Amino acid sequence: MHGINTKKSLNTQNSSTETNNNMSELPTYTFKDFASDQEVRWCPGCGDYVILRAMQKALPMMGRRREDFVFVSGIGCSSRFPYYMNTYGFHGIHGRAPAIATGVKLANPKLSVWVITGDGDGLAIGGNHMIHAIRRNIDLNIILFNNKIYGLTKGQFSPTSDIGQKTKSSPYGNTQRPFNFGELTVGSAGQFYARVPDNNPNDMADIFVAAEKHHGTSVVEVLQNCVIFNDGAFDSMVDKSVREDMLLYLKQGEKMIFGKEKNKGIRFNGRQLEAVTIGENGITEADILVHDATDPNPSMHFMLTQLQYPLPVGVIRSVDSSTFEELVDTQVSASVQKSKFKSVDDLLFSGETYQV
Amino acid sequence: MSNDGHMVAEQTEQAKIKLDHVVIRFAGDSGDGMQLTGSQFSDTSAMLGNDIATFPNYPAEIRAPEGSIYGVSGFQVHIGEVEISTPGDDVDVLVAMNPAALKTNFSAVPKGKTIIVDIDEFTSKNLTRAGYDQNPLDDGSLDSYVIIKAPITQLSRESIKDMGLDNTSMNRTRNMFALGMVFWMFSRPLDYTIKFLEKKFGNKPNIFEANVKVLKAGYHYAETLELLPSAFTVLPAKMTEGTYRIIMGNTATAWGFLAAAEKSGKQLFLGSYPITPASDILHELSAHQHFGVVTFQAEDEIAGVCSAIGAAFTGDLAITTTSGPGLALKSEAIGLAVMTELPIIVVDVQRGGPSTGLPTKTEQADLLQAMYGRNGECPVIVIAPSTPANCFDFAYEASRLAMEHMTPVILLSDGYIANGSAPWRIRSIKEMQPINPAPAPAPEAAADWMPYLRNPDTLARQWALPGTPGFEHRIGGLEKEDFTGHISYDPENHEHMVKRRAEKVKRVENYIPEQQIDGAQSGDLLVVGWGGTYGSLITAVKSLHEEGKSIGLAHFNYLNPLPRNTREVFSRFKKIVICELNMGQFATLLRSEFPDFQYLQYNKVQGLPFTVLELNEHFSGLLK
Ligand SMILES: Cc1ncc(C[n+]2csc(CCOP(=O)(O)OP(=O)(O)O)c2C)c(N)n1
Ligand code: SF4
Ligand SMILES: [Mg+2]
Repeated sequence: MHGINTKKSLNTQNSSTETNNNMSELPTYTFKDFASDQEVRWCPGCGDYVILRAMQKALPMMGRRREDFVFVSGIGCSSRFPYYMNTYGFHGIHGRAPAIATGVKLANPKLSVWVITGDGDGLAIGGNHMIHAIRRNIDLNIILFNNKIYGLTKGQFSPTSDIGQKTKSSPYGNTQRPFNFGELTVGSAGQFYARVPDNNPNDMADIFVAAEKHHGTSVVEVLQNCVIFNDGAFDSMVDKSVREDMLLYLKQGEKMIFGKEKNKGIRFNGRQLEAVTIGENGITEADILVHDATDPNPSMHFMLTQLQYPLPVGVIRSVDSSTFEELVDTQVSASVQKSKFKSVDDLLFSGETYQV
Repeated sequence: MSNDGHMVAEQTEQAKIKLDHVVIRFAGDSGDGMQLTGSQFSDTSAMLGNDIATFPNYPAEIRAPEGSIYGVSGFQVHIGEVEISTPGDDVDVLVAMNPAALKTNFSAVPKGKTIIVDIDEFTSKNLTRAGYDQNPLDDGSLDSYVIIKAPITQLSRESIKDMGLDNTSMNRTRNMFALGMVFWMFSRPLDYTIKFLEKKFGNKPNIFEANVKVLKAGYHYAETLELLPSAFTVLPAKMTEGTYRIIMGNTATAWGFLAAAEKSGKQLFLGSYPITPASDILHELSAHQHFGVVTFQAEDEIAGVCSAIGAAFTGDLAITTTSGPGLALKSEAIGLAVMTELPIIVVDVQRGGPSTGLPTKTEQADLLQAMYGRNGECPVIVIAPSTPANCFDFAYEASRLAMEHMTPVILLSDGYIANGSAPWRIRSIKEMQPINPAPAPAPEAAADWMPYLRNPDTLARQWALPGTPGFEHRIGGLEKEDFTGHISYDPENHEHMVKRRAEKVKRVENYIPEQQIDGAQSGDLLVVGWGGTYGSLITAVKSLHEEGKSIGLAHFNYLNPLPRNTREVFSRFKKIVICELNMGQFATLLRSEFPDFQYLQYNKVQGLPFTVLELNEHFSGLLK
């Protein structure tokens, strides 16, 4: 990428999407092209299947070559994901996927690099890597499967478990206050955050496409049902029977309206966001906020991540700004250009040398 | 070191006393510029053709109170007409810029040797700060030394009093006065330092001029001073012809990686987290991003090594640098690199442990951590440089072995060689051994390619990089089926893979040189060492061997796997003594590897290198 190691640059160019005009055209992929030959081993009914399906559906819509996708994961049920994708994949160690993915992206910024993680993997053991990846704004797409439980280790509470939640390691109820991942992302200077339930694969696929398009770290929190250890954790909000009344589907440039009757909305009362009914208490449509995910000021996005009723889903924040790998690449390329050293030999023999 | 002898004077026509080697230590407050003063002296001597070795001694505190004991900073230089392998044990000339510097460095100066002090700094306030009840210059305690009491501060200020400099700037030139004195004492020219000052203060002509004035004032003061013993000279050493430079161990390590990257056609990636005494490698490589190096200062050591693993997966020459506590944090990830059979290099610049230990002191106590400090059967290549200059060679070698054998390599440097400096004969990259990284599979092989297909000789797998069409594959930390790389919990396969990974590392012995012996090739006593202790060990062994003793040194740079002739080397001697700056870690290793030999041990864990004197005494005892 930086021009000094010609072999490397050639390799990278051959595989990059931008420079392979003379190679075969972008194949038309279907979801099948992204399914690996490995048998999927999640429990029947696990929300992870929906995410896998949505991803395999989304990738053909991204206009990228298959060999340019890299899926990096940590450890957990969720982190098995890369094995099921017919792309490059790396199943790492617990919590470290963002760090591994950072190395992949810095080594070859042209790749489309995805991090697959869980609420334990990404927010407990890997919390440090998570916030630092986000603040650097490296162009990774981070998909966090939040089932509010440790699945793979058979049911201990996680950093997103609710107070009082009974789990194997909290039989009397969880006493640790949870993280809200949306808050954490915005608080870590995140520029893209989306939330999506696991029972709507089409919306999810669209959000994956939006995440890939976004330039910078994209964080997608999937509300994922673990049928075995925390079944129904999100049902009161996301179940098909209630979701229209309980979820706020955010669309860029559109009013924040929700409810089966489309008669409810969100207004800012001067202090905080609140759900109101249009036509009641003198509220008109004009009082309802319009969603702007692209506002650089994160205040509104922060309030949206905190809203509990209705629960906002969709792309809450999406602000374009320079990425870590671009800053690195620009700086390194400029140094290479300006350098009087063309070979390491020039360095070795430079400066204060003497003859014997 | 056998100091006796070398001070035996020999008159030359210019009435200079010829010495075959000499040790000088500059000591002062951390603000006194002692590192600069010392390196000016050593660089000038190197230019004159002396062999040199240097060692800095910084205070642990960044800004300790002025004049305090723990604010003392020192720089030791050993120059010689003879081959120099250590910065020296005993100091021949100590320059003490204040009482605290005298107090902390005094014990390194044997009776009869020279101490230069700045008399102006021996005020009652400074004496108290240094913990002296009375002035050591007056109480007779220094009677058996040659003490030169020079009014360094006063004369420095005097010589530039008309230049209109402020107080601080005037005082900052004191070190040049001391340097000028020592230059005269050892018949060194001033021009190298003047050139250096010109570069350093190019945009401050006033400061440049002041420093030169003071430097010359010191030189002339020494010349006219009757108190000073006659001038000495150290003639050029007989060194192999070539182009040389003075290099520090950590710089050499960094440059070795730069060279390996260019030679192999790979981009260099460093993922690292700052830690003493390894940070200078991060600094050095960051300064050389103009070679296309990407340095990533991560959020912690784990992220440092993990980012290197990601970069290795993507085809870079990927390294991570740290010291002992950081190596502990990286263990799990090194296991991942072993499992995924990816080439990464982990540099551990060892320091005193356990825990935070002695951050600025040297030790060799991470050997077993490097060998075994991971879960599971987890072999890696372990190699260790043994001099500041050959840090270059072993960084290069680590890169070669990692990429040709597709396995992690741990490079065990230490604080002593990392901060020490010595002359280095520069070779062109063209002359260096080729590096042939494990190849990417050929495009036509895509149909039945598998990620764990192996080279039948090295057992290295191929390196298929993300971005290459047709070779999409998944790897990770779960046990793999050989060849296919599919996840496998099969008991037989696991045992097979454990053995494969071990065998892959073991076979590296066919690609490294045999173990050499210095001194006697067989006989009474074999001294065994490894890594950074080489300088002291070779000096001691050589002098005894020259006296006719039957003693040899097998100094190991390759620790895992061991050179294939190791057993044979051991079998040539009646006694074997293993010398290490730890409690006997290499000894433990050798006892389990070759239990049929008797091993004696000589160990030291004081955060300090071996002195040649103590080694001499110990070996002489064993040879009786
Ligand atoms: C260093 C380390 N510590 C602990 C574990 C055990 N472990 C594996 S997965 C996991 C939690 C996974 O929870 P989460 O990230 O929420 O993933 P899920 O299984 O719910 O998808 C734990 C504690 C491990 N593999 N490695
Ligand atoms: S344990 Fe839960 S999260 Fe894991 S596979 Fe089963 S249902 Fe899914
Ligand atoms: Mg979970």
